[in-house]
Amino acid sequence: MSTLAMGSARAAPRTFGGRQAFIEKMNGMAFCLPATILLLVTCLVPLLVLVVISFTKYELGDLDLKFVGLANFSKAMGDPVFRRSLLNTLLYVAIVLPGSTLLGLLVAVLVHSRKRTRSFYEIIYFLPVTSTLIAMATVWQFLLHPRIGPINAFLQLVGLPQQGFLSDPALALPTLAVVGMWQLIGFNMVLFLAGLSAIPRDLYEAADVDGCASPIDRFLTITWPLLGPTTMFVIVTTSITAFKIFDTVAVMTRGGPMGSSEVLLYAVYLEGFQYFHTAYAAALTVVFLGFILVFSLIQTFVLDRRVHY
Amino acid sequence: MATHPRLPAAAATTTTPSPALSLLRRVASQVLVHGFLLLGAVFMLLPFVWMLVTSIKPPAEIFSATLSLWPRQFYGVENYRFALTTAPLLRFAANGIFICACILAVQLLVAIPCAYALAKLRFPGRQFLFGLTLLALAIPVQVPALPLYIGLANLGLLNTYFSMMVPFFLSVFAIFLLRQFFRGFPDDIIHAARLDGMSEFEIVWRIVTPSAWPAIAAFSVFSIVAHWNDLYWPLIVISDGKLAPPPLGMMIFADAETGSNYGALTAAATVLTAPLVITFLFVRRHFIAGITMTGVK
Repeated sequence: MSTLAMGSARAAPRTFGGRQAFIEKMNGMAFCLPATILLLVTCLVPLLVLVVISFTKYELGDLDLKFVGLANFSKAMGDPVFRRSLLNTLLYVAIVLPGSTLLGLLVAVLVHSRKRTRSFYEIIYFLPVTSTLIAMATVWQFLLHPRIGPINAFLQLVGLPQQGFLSDPALALPTLAVVGMWQLIGFNMVLFLAGLSAIPRDLYEAADVDGCASPIDRFLTITWPLLGPTTMFVIVTTSITAFKIFDTVAVMTRGGPMGSSEVLLYAVYLEGFQYFHTAYAAALTVVFLGFILVFSLIQTFVLDRRVHY
Repeated sequence: MATHPRLPAAAATTTTPSPALSLLRRVASQVLVHGFLLLGAVFMLLPFVWMLVTSIKPPAEIFSATLSLWPRQFYGVENYRFALTTAPLLRFAANGIFICACILAVQLLVAIPCAYALAKLRFPGRQFLFGLTLLALAIPVQVPALPLYIGLANLGLLNTYFSMMVPFFLSVFAIFLLRQFFRGFPDDIIHAARLDGMSEFEIVWRIVTPSAWPAIAAFSVFSIVAHWNDLYWPLIVISDGKLAPPPLGMMIFADAETGSNYGALTAAATVLTAPLVITFLFVRRHFIAGITMTGVK
């Protein structure tokens, strides 16, 4: 789209013979055929089916579809479990988004100007991104263990009370958020580093000549405005990634304790693949998709308007 | 200030502070910066270090709840042997390799011709198809999951390697990315090849694709990492542990251990996390290019 400034080398117009054009058309369509078929079968038709099912009472194994209009959606609105899962998801995003974006930015700014230690820090901060989250989730479970985990042992050492990080309903979701940030900070750091590298050095020199000396001034006058598109991009991708939270919940808390960490995708998973309330799960998935589309639309519209070059 | 060698000294435009004071400020700022970064580094590395250390500790030491870093008794062989035999860890890893390789191969086979056609050829429906791929970009796999599951169930294809790979055969991301890349490929080379009698098919695979190697490498990394770590879809379609990819396998193993044999659990986590981490350390540039591959510029 417009932010991807690749050269718009269009194919030269064909001027020789209708037969060439015909061959080109055939080739074009043939090359796209597998992709089109897959697109229909694995994406578009399922999407359609999903929306249709959400208006029925279908359960897996049924032989016919009974339409019930918006009953599933109104049931969702009134369902305390669903409302709680939506709230939990939004709360999770509300913690992870600013946390991983700001910390990612801070780390990127600090690492960007290191000369000898830059690679060292880049590798360390990026390691969590490469790790298999499910495996690390088990490790985190052990780290946070109330009796034998090192974190609680450390708290005990400094005289603070031990915490049931995953067993206390008030702490479970924020703890998952910290694990989520653990993985996202390195990712965002790399994105911000790419954005920082794109800022021309002469701008800083010019600013210095103009008397803008302190690092904070330089950051506010040059760095921050020019990081606009990158920041926006990081915010949107982080929101979408955070909104899709599932893995750590499935492994570490299973929605507990007392539903305090049950998130939207986990509710969809339970309803659709454990309880087999297919139509209701379809309606929840439509709601999920709605939020994702809103985030994506924000990216398309706001990002397009803030390009500087 | 001290870290940008090309910038003129700030002192040129302000009153010159005493050399001792500015040195102190430089040292202080370095200490602050590195202190903060190192604190963050500890946070980032803590799980890895603890994972490795716990995997070689005997149960007695694990449950003694001390903050000791190094085990007094080396128990690594037992833990790893237990993990590798009780849970078919190597099988999970092999499944992961097989699944990721197949998915990637099909993704490239499908996406490259399509991206080329969208970039260079004129045919009816071209804009419409491109629009559809943009739409599909916004749809995560959890959305078609339910209908796909129903379809696969009705076809009796659940619990197979094929079912694990099906939703991922099409990567609209690859199409979008490669299309951008191919658009920049010089047309004269293509025309010359056509005049030489090459078929369009040959042109795609023998001329244009090799030039896109960096993009393909980066995308391959992105795809492998994403599907090695995928839990949601395999969790839904697989009930037979023998077919499980690493995340699902880890979850099954953790369930079976009811979270008490932390030595074996961390050994398993190490085995399953190691491939990607080691690969990362070797191909860091491609790795990072792949992960940030969504057109930041």
